[in-house]
Amino acid sequence: MSEPPIITVRGLRNSFGDEVVHDGVDLDVRRGEILGVVGGSGTGKSVLMRSIIGLQTPDEGEIEVLGETMVGRNEDEAKNIRRRWGILFQNGALFSTLTVAENVEVPIHEYFPYLKPPLLDEIASYKIAMSGLPADAGPKYPAELSGGMRKRAGLARALALDPELLFLDEPTAGLDPIGAAAFDELIRSLKQRLELTVFLITHDLDTLHTICDRVAVIADQKVVAVGTIPELMSLEHPWIQEYFNGPRGRAAAGSYKETVGA
Amino acid sequence: MAGQDQNAAKSRGPAEGAGETYRIAGALTITRAASTAREIDALGDPLTIDLSKVEKMDTVGAWLVYRTVRDRGARVVGASAEEQSLLDQVAEADKPVQVHAEKPSGFLHVLNELGAWIAEVGQTLVGLLGFFGATLAGFANLIAHPKRFRLNAVVQRFDVVGVRALGIIGLMSFLIGVVVGQQGAVQLEQFGAEIYTINLIGRTTVRELGTLMTAIMVAGRSGSAFAAQIGTMKITEEIDAMRTIGVSPIEVLVIPRLIAAVVMMPLLAFWAMLMSLLGGGIFVWLVLGIPPLTYVQRLQEVVPITDLWIGLIKAPVFGFIIALAGCFQGMLVQGNSEEVGLRTTTAVVQSIFLVIVLDAVFAMFFSSIGWR
Repeated sequence: MSEPPIITVRGLRNSFGDEVVHDGVDLDVRRGEILGVVGGSGTGKSVLMRSIIGLQTPDEGEIEVLGETMVGRNEDEAKNIRRRWGILFQNGALFSTLTVAENVEVPIHEYFPYLKPPLLDEIASYKIAMSGLPADAGPKYPAELSGGMRKRAGLARALALDPELLFLDEPTAGLDPIGAAAFDELIRSLKQRLELTVFLITHDLDTLHTICDRVAVIADQKVVAVGTIPELMSLEHPWIQEYFNGPRGRAAAGSYKETVGA
Repeated sequence: MAGQDQNAAKSRGPAEGAGETYRIAGALTITRAASTAREIDALGDPLTIDLSKVEKMDTVGAWLVYRTVRDRGARVVGASAEEQSLLDQVAEADKPVQVHAEKPSGFLHVLNELGAWIAEVGQTLVGLLGFFGATLAGFANLIAHPKRFRLNAVVQRFDVVGVRALGIIGLMSFLIGVVVGQQGAVQLEQFGAEIYTINLIGRTTVRELGTLMTAIMVAGRSGSAFAAQIGTMKITEEIDAMRTIGVSPIEVLVIPRLIAAVVMMPLLAFWAMLMSLLGGGIFVWLVLGIPPLTYVQRLQEVVPITDLWIGLIKAPVFGFIIALAGCFQGMLVQGNSEEVGLRTTTAVVQSIFLVIVLDAVFAMFFSSIGWR
């Protein structure tokens, strides 16, 4: 692996008051992979993501994204990096006063103000279709969408600028199993076709098995292990054992083996 | 744009066959989408697009090529496997997606708006009446089951609506007293009748301004807060949660606010009257040289007790209207955060408007029963 990692985190420390969330987090995300991030509730998965994308200033540590350091950057300076990533927040975080299509157009308009309709509308249209939304979703407001459609709309907005890097915060949480599987499939196909690198926070064991190339485990305030699922399962760490070899973990692994035909 | 690729060169040259050839070199990405679209549009048919020199292409670039193929039957040559895959993808995603909501044009649009507006006014009135009924039913329920009455919530509202408004309403009323005195004095001086300034201050503030200005202040302070609080709870589904637990939102949210507004309004109005009289008194003492004792004696002579009753009778009615409009608008909130702002504004406008209409009705009523 000669190519430098797309995200590098070194010695990250985050705390809220007396409560230390991260202490000495090290993590590399390689170009072109889907990295799953798992950890119990409250272990700071979202905080890690917020630190990487610059929404949370860490107490200590270094963060590099796409070769540029993120710590201590102000809003304007990091704009060139912001253009190259897309983020899907946990609840979609769609702008509630704009339609789905207008939501997708927001980042395009921000960075490329000279792109005007009808070209702008056409771009928004195919992004919406790519995200698997029905054709009539464009003029709808977020409040009129179901949870799954809201996530797809959030994904369409995250893909608006053809990002190299995609951050997904629990994309399948709250979706029915069929919807979740379809969303996994969507992410995998988009990743392959658009050559994306994906940083994916999830609780969903099926998602981990089906689409993640590697998985990072957050526990005890740091990243305790990174690797493929078989590699992780051979480790002694109690949380990892319970997570992957617990009843749900085994069920997910079993169903994955069935579908692959192993 | 600073990051724009300068190395990309495009050439149009005579192609092998008929028509023109558009050669793209370098990056075919969103950065150059607008200019690329313009250049393609400027070329005539039949068109050949040569992608062999393209180094980098994203979906926007692919879309530009694809739509030229789709709409104008252009021929694409020199696409690499990756580029072809991108082209296939955007082709797959080409579904007629409606981007903006349909808007009827011109005259129809005006008619539409007018109709919607009238329907909304009608619905609001009916809704307000319905809400009034629901509130009365809530009161009846509480009287039947007095244990359900939430004293703590009511006392807390007393504090927020009443006690915390004392400062601003006192200051406002004091200044109103000064202004009424000052304006009156300027006019009445012309007739050598400065002493009547006291009549003016006493009667206008006690009978009208004390209560009216207090109502406007309470509508702005508390009516808006009621709408925003209840509206936000509506969005976060707290109200639905209450209903499913079996707690009546009317009892928990609306009735304490109504009681607070109804009880606090007369007290605040009385406080406003006192402060106005104080402001006017200080003004006539300092500027017209009328000593405080004379001022008070004169007030007793010229301000009938009915003026005070008029002011105090109106106050709870205004308080009721303000709280009702605020809670009603809050309950109407649906969907997004913009709606909360909209409903809050409507609550304030509606309550102030209704207060002024009622004030006019009261004025006619009281003079017709001889309380002049």
